Amino acid sequence: MKKTIQFRLNGRPTKLTTDDDRRLLWVLRTDLDMTGTKHGCGAGLCGSCTVVVDGKAVRSCQTPLKNVDGKEVLTIEGLEQNGKLHPLQQAFADHGALQCGFCTPGMIMNAYALLQQQPQASRDAIAEGMERNLCRCGAHQRIVAAIEEASHAKGGRS
Amino acid sequence: MTTTVQGLDRRTFLKLVGGGIVVMVSVGPSALLGQERRRGYPEDLNAYLRIDEKGHVTIFSGKIEMGQGVMTSQAQMAAEELGVGLDSVTMVLGDTDQCPWDSGTYGSLTTRVFGPALRAAAAEGRAVLMQLASKKLGVPKENLLVENGVVSVAGDPSKKVTYGELAQGKQIARLVDEKALLRSVKEFKLMGASPKRLDGVDKVTGRAKYAGDIRLPGMQYARIVRPPAHGATMKSVDVSAAKEMSGVTVVQQDDLVAVLAGDPETAAAALGKVKAEWTKPSLDVDNDGIFAYLLEHAPAADVRLNRGDLAAARSSASRVFESTYNTAYLAHAPMEPHTAIAELKDGKMTVWAGTQTPFPTRDGIARAVGLDPKNVRVITPYVGGGFGGKSSSRQAVEAARLAKAAGVPVQVAWTRPEEFFYDTFNPASVIKVASAVDANGVITMWDYDVYYAGERGTGIFYEIPNAMIRTHSSWGGGSGAPTAHPFAVGPWRAPGANMNVFAAESQIDIMAAALGIDPLEFRLRNTKDPRMRSVLQAAADAYGWKAAAAPSGKGRAIACGIDAGTYVALIADVKVDRATGNVKVDRVVCAQDMGIVVNPDGARMQMEGCITMGLGYPLAEELRFKGGDVLDRNFGTYHLPKFSMLPKIETVLVKNDELLPQGGGEPAIVPMGAVIANAVFDATGARLYRLPMTPARVLEGIRKAEKKT
Ligand code: FES
Ligand code: FES
Repeated sequence: MKKTIQFRLNGRPTKLTTDDDRRLLWVLRTDLDMTGTKHGCGAGLCGSCTVVVDGKAVRSCQTPLKNVDGKEVLTIEGLEQNGKLHPLQQAFADHGALQCGFCTPGMIMNAYALLQQQPQASRDAIAEGMERNLCRCGAHQRIVAAIEEASHAKGGRS
Repeated sequence: MTTTVQGLDRRTFLKLVGGGIVVMVSVGPSALLGQERRRGYPEDLNAYLRIDEKGHVTIFSGKIEMGQGVMTSQAQMAAEELGVGLDSVTMVLGDTDQCPWDSGTYGSLTTRVFGPALRAAAAEGRAVLMQLASKKLGVPKENLLVENGVVSVAGDPSKKVTYGELAQGKQIARLVDEKALLRSVKEFKLMGASPKRLDGVDKVTGRAKYAGDIRLPGMQYARIVRPPAHGATMKSVDVSAAKEMSGVTVVQQDDLVAVLAGDPETAAAALGKVKAEWTKPSLDVDNDGIFAYLLEHAPAADVRLNRGDLAAARSSASRVFESTYNTAYLAHAPMEPHTAIAELKDGKMTVWAGTQTPFPTRDGIARAVGLDPKNVRVITPYVGGGFGGKSSSRQAVEAARLAKAAGVPVQVAWTRPEEFFYDTFNPASVIKVASAVDANGVITMWDYDVYYAGERGTGIFYEIPNAMIRTHSSWGGGSGAPTAHPFAVGPWRAPGANMNVFAAESQIDIMAAALGIDPLEFRLRNTKDPRMRSVLQAAADAYGWKAAAAPSGKGRAIACGIDAGTYVALIADVKVDRATGNVKVDRVVCAQDMGIVVNPDGARMQMEGCITMGLGYPLAEELRFKGGDVLDRNFGTYHLPKFSMLPKIETVLVKNDELLPQGGGEPAIVPMGAVIANAVFDATGARLYRLPMTPARVLEGIRKAEKKT
């Protein structure tokens, strides 16, 4: 149904009038030109499209726009502050926790929510929390190391 | 000699390039041959670099960045030879209008074959600059030093001139081949170091653009009517309901029926309204029956190796071991599905495509839309994984045809189910081996038949006096039987080698176990190849190997191989759950000799990637199908390696600075099937001959092994 939806996107008030059943992924990528969030499977199975809504990681390919009405949406584009990489972004770059980089935005956003909920996450907890995000290039070992470094457990500031 | 670039002669080309110093690279075609399909391309430039009037270096290369890190390693090589900092180098990759012709990015060729040429070009650029500097400063070349693009006089650092100043007002062009003099390993500053990936920041911020991220005014999102099965033909199609939707355009052109809309969801809804009827061929074969079917349809053998006297060796052998190995069809499943955006403007077609082969793709588009190739431009943004699957770029042709038909820019982004249908899968294969060993543990015979995996990975590095290797068809279909597969097949990370090394290195383990010889000792006893011995030893040292014959109950094993000029040995620890048949790999140690290592951290990254990706085909990946119906169409049933499968990975780079850099993107994945199968045997006594080793197959193997004892 066509409706006006309002939410905060990366801290900025955002308003659009469209079918509120559309998926957040496509609204971000098409209507808002925010292409950092990726489409990998369209079925909630890969995590490439992960964004953070009110502090929780969600799969934007499965999230109808109406679900974010009035909420706080954070995407990969919103992590950098004043030109400075977020500690997770920095750790991913430092550890080479990416190859083709296509899974990376989803990985970082999932890790962001994970560390919000478990700032002291152990290696095992990190691996468990990342389980449903797929990476075909096999960057897993470095992804875990990067998240660990950014976590409080290692004195990071995520 | 007139050298043409994009149909231009060299003079026009240089005018277009602009001033400064331009060095063109020509790798004789012979260096790039080696795989049949590369024959017959024009002798041409392979790349060039330009030093502009600010001293900035731009490298134009037809190679593409799909995660393997060549954007960084190529820049490093050029910066090293030129004597500039890495930040003075810009890479322009995979743009058919800006870069010279290139056959594609595959086969771990970029560093191995292309690298020396690029280094030579940079070295030539440096020589030109030194000559200019010598004139300008009035000092012989021998007395000049270069650092960060500044030439200074030895002992008098105040006398200096920058590359930019030297290039100013000049138009100098040179052509080099790979024979130019290169800097030696001892002189390296940038090569052999591990700077951070040049693409890292783009990729962690979401700024990196992939094909699907390009936005053009008026761009329409396409969905194409797809057959339900391979081989199906369209009987009828009714697009009337789709046509009635507002904002939807329908294109019908021969076999291509598509709907276009302003956003992907409307396009999907419109596609849902198209009613098509299909005739499905009946093909009575599935992923279990395929092996018998493939053997039945196998073409005659090509003999690749025939030495000694097989029959005599067989009859005199005390024991002959005969095995048949089976491997499944595999999907490439890059996280980025095939995507392209096409725009036709003023008679010129521009296509942004996620492709490993920009130039062949350009030519394919030109043929499909009836344009001269020089009026087609393929631009390759970042590619979200390829693994061989994006060597074929059907989506780019589809986008171009639709853009032409509809007169608007069109995006074709395959859905995951489309990706799992039009992928060129790694072919299923059958490998039959008979081998013999004498009482001293010396291999005496090797009789090897490979069906549908081809020759890569069949090379023998063991000293076997009597050996025969026959290939029946290859991973790309090959001689005589491309139609035996129910769908398209093609190159998959180290094409064919994964299958061949799984069979060969399992067979070696079978013999070692039967004789009660430690598997490392057995390998060392049978190979004199110094590079192989050194990687085996390095892996064993890093692991802390203690001799024991398999099955030792420990669940550890070794396997080795040669790929893309690189030697690799893997040792793995596994745990097998005897109740469920589940296999967990706990640790993998990988030792690799890849010649000079351009970027050690980048090399390790590729090794880790190979090992992690390489957990999939041995344990979980198998494309299921029934006739032309592909049953696994998304990640819910086709299982990629996940975090929970991750072993502890340790990588060792075995120093070999005597050898030019060898391939790094593929070798370490090659022995993964064998090392896991061997470790499962070591843990349980169950030998598995079929990949993937699913829990059910492992349980069956364990039951069989128990019966035998
Ligand atoms: S695209 Fe949303 S989970 Fe894969
Ligand atoms: S880096 Fe390529 S999919 Fe993860």
